[in-house]
Amino acid sequence: MDLDNVPQEGNATLGGHRKAVYARDASGRIVIAPSKGWEAEEIVTSNAVDTLQALAEAARQRVQAGAASPLEYWMCARRMDVPLLSQTSGYWQWRVKRHLRPDIFATLTDKHLQRYADALGLTVTEIRKLP
Amino acid sequence: MNSHAATFQHHHSAHCESGVISNLLRHHGVPVTESLAFGLSGGLAFAYLPFIKINGLPLIAYRSLPRAIIKGLLAPLATRFRFETFRSPQAGAKRLDDLLASGQIVGLQTSVYWLPYFPPDMRFHFNAHNLLVYGKEGDEYLISDPVFEHPQRCASADLLRARFAKGALAPKGLLYYPKAIPQKQITPEAVRAAIRKNCRAMLPPVPIAGVRGMRWLAKHVEKLPAGEKHSADFIGQIVRMQEEIGTGGAGFRFIYAAFLQEAAQLAQLPVLTQFSERLTTIGDGWRAMALKAARMIKGREPVNPSAIAALLRQQADQEEAFFKDLQAAVK
Repeated sequence: MDLDNVPQEGNATLGGHRKAVYARDASGRIVIAPSKGWEAEEIVTSNAVDTLQALAEAARQRVQAGAASPLEYWMCARRMDVPLLSQTSGYWQWRVKRHLRPDIFATLTDKHLQRYADALGLTVTEIRKLP
Repeated sequence: MNSHAATFQHHHSAHCESGVISNLLRHHGVPVTESLAFGLSGGLAFAYLPFIKINGLPLIAYRSLPRAIIKGLLAPLATRFRFETFRSPQAGAKRLDDLLASGQIVGLQTSVYWLPYFPPDMRFHFNAHNLLVYGKEGDEYLISDPVFEHPQRCASADLLRARFAKGALAPKGLLYYPKAIPQKQITPEAVRAAIRKNCRAMLPPVPIAGVRGMRWLAKHVEKLPAGEKHSADFIGQIVRMQEEIGTGGAGFRFIYAAFLQEAAQLAQLPVLTQFSERLTTIGDGWRAMALKAARMIKGREPVNPSAIAALLRQQADQEEAFFKDLQAAVK
């Protein structure tokens, strides 16, 4: 890549930051140049973020319909899945899955919920309901 | 603020681990650029690891495993580093504070997700990020995160959470700092050995790594059903791993090209300049693939997994020829 080709397309997912890229200057030396980002990058990152946000939105609707516990929403909102929430909270995956059911979730004590709260960076009060 | 914090120089880098280690070594008087650190450690790689999932999608690495860049530099520079992990976050926090108080600059492995200074769209559960801590003011750590243009600050509770994140590649509070740096010059033989090592890494006998890993990935991509959302996510993942989340694949080809340019002088092998140009062209090929994939995801052209697979195979062929020739040139 030549210095003139270093993308400066303003990738919104970089949040205004610039990243360092390597490119050839006029004399053929490869140097570091700050880049405002590339559209191709923005597309794939937004696609990944959209996929995660759609999961969280679907979870919110299931919670509102009484088909899932708020834990499912928070798990998705924190960009986690069952294996990761299991590793982070220390509960077996089958237990996490059980806790995604609203009737089971309602029986959990504060002590149980605290482990999820810690894993998700929330308080026990927050985790009991949708934001 | 300790004395080191006052003299520490932050340099913007393309990749976290090579950036951290070159900034750290430069602070201790070893003249290494990021590209030299990357090349000397033999950091260029490719691995397709479908059994490690990040947000349900496979890990595709365009560089060696976490810590390999740092460890790869120990021999060429005759350096010794200390690596420490911790059972409890409290012990990890105390050790970091003690080291900072004693004037050390400390490298850390962290999660990306739990670092609040990252822009929201970049916060994924990727646990092999690297950064340097060069001081503490009140409750905030002074952070040199090499992928950011300027130094950052992070509240102690947030940094602790990022250091002890769980899941794939969990950092377990890993911190590191140099114990001894007896030699500050780089020998021509070390440069040649590093290039030989990297050629072996790219032309390995196992199917998941190097050019064979690219072909294996191509095989999986080819089988993706064209119309499904998951296929687009998978193709997007290849590009994200290539361009972002600290694994910048095409970027790594350009970093290695920069290294070969420096190596031409350091090892007195002028022929390496031509290899540098050739690798730059290969890097441009990866960028062209990323662009095509992005167009498919955006819906500007139909999602066509076999076209991506064909481009992957083409890159594999070019890199195979490149590393065979490079191997012969440094024999």
